[in-house]
Amino acid sequence: MAQIPIITEASTTPSPKVITLRIARYNPQHDSNKKFMEFNIPYERWTTVLEAILEVKKYFDHSVAVRYSCRQATCGSCGMIINGKPRLACFTKISELNSNVVTVEPMNNFPVIRDLAVKFERLFNTHHKVKPYLIHDDSEITTDSKEFLQSPKELEKYIQFSNCIKCGLCNSACPTMATDSLFVGPQALAQAYRYVADSRDKGKDTRLKIIDESHGIWRCHFAGSCSQVCPKGVDPAMGIQLLRGYMLGFRS
Amino acid sequence: MTNQDEHKEGIGGMINPRRYGIERVAYLLMRLSGLGLLAYFIGHIYETSSILKGQIGWNEFLELTQTNEGHIILAIVIAMCVFHTVNGIRVMLGQGGVGVGKPARPDYPYIPASQNVRHKMGIYSAIILAAIAMMYGLAVMFGE
Ligand code: HEM
Ligand code: SF4
Ligand code: FES
Repeated sequence: MAQIPIITEASTTPSPKVITLRIARYNPQHDSNKKFMEFNIPYERWTTVLEAILEVKKYFDHSVAVRYSCRQATCGSCGMIINGKPRLACFTKISELNSNVVTVEPMNNFPVIRDLAVKFERLFNTHHKVKPYLIHDDSEITTDSKEFLQSPKELEKYIQFSNCIKCGLCNSACPTMATDSLFVGPQALAQAYRYVADSRDKGKDTRLKIIDESHGIWRCHFAGSCSQVCPKGVDPAMGIQLLRGYMLGFRS
Repeated sequence: MTNQDEHKEGIGGMINPRRYGIERVAYLLMRLSGLGLLAYFIGHIYETSSILKGQIGWNEFLELTQTNEGHIILAIVIAMCVFHTVNGIRVMLGQGGVGVGKPARPDYPYIPASQNVRHKMGIYSAIILAAIAMMYGLAVMFGE
């Protein structure tokens, strides 16, 4: 017979842990400065920062602007500065922050729309600029019987970079982005590598030419902050240095 | 767009060494030592040009480096020089794609392969060698 565990009173009513959630409020249309609003939010070991923000929206102030969708680190919408570092709100548990105060602010190096929501136009433009698609003169569109075979080994060369969810955390952590908004940025450079390293792609020279300009790849100083904040293991810093390896003639 | 509209972190964010590990500290030290060496280099050309004023001018100028302040400045120059050279070699190798790891299927917890022990060792070696060289320099200069 199945044993039913005895539930003690202590485990059914644990004392709720509470954090102070500080949310940056700012509307560029009429505010001159960012202000913080504070809320006391109970949390469990598994509560994420996004859940705490949604708690605020539900019970205290529904006007807090925040962008989110998948709640599982897949859509790349919920990037923000959490206790000083760029992170995904849905992928960051309050318990892992080891702090009684959790401060959330909009991502750096992205123009603010309102509160925690930022503009992504520039990231999408730089992403698009590096031609994030396979370039092949004999494309699937022109021939209907053609397959582009690839070995698992060839796949390994770029699969890590195709993990990118365009969340922008890397661009927010980058020290070059902090002062140069024309910089193409780690997100786009990692994507340039993703296609250059793909055995089916023939656009290497085109892409290398695109990023070889004054606000291009040479502005990277290999500080590595992009890789440290990336929530998907893309490691943009690796991609950028490998790309530069081609351009400097270290690799072919 | 103004700076506030752009919401850029600015120079303060660029030089903040506290958030992203030793690699970001190395980035800051590389910039500071580069600029420091540039300043020293300009000062050095100016200083050595005093030989045009003959031996007396040269000796007068050289006395500036014989003071305590002069010794300390030279010790800092030694440290900057050693750090900048050793870390510079690491950075050049890294930027050529050497020692930055190999692409692989990423797995949780997604430790970035480019931020690896080899490069961390390079940074720590640069700092330790710079400290040793500086202390040796201080010992020689103050031990006269
Ligand atoms: C063997 C000696 C040297 C090596 C190997 C070296 C290497 C390097 C490297 C690789 C960088 C680029 C760092 C980056 O991408 O962030 C750099 C930057 C720089 N170096 Fe040197 N360097 C040396 C000597 C010097 C000297 C003698 C001076 C001054 C006269 C100097 C001044 C600078 C400056 C001003 C920068 C720019 C700093 C920055 O923008 O981050 N370097 N060096
Ligand atoms: S490289 Fe990583 S941090 Fe940058 S946008 Fe892609 S998933 Fe986000
Ligand atoms: S909500 Fe989709 S990544 Fe966080």
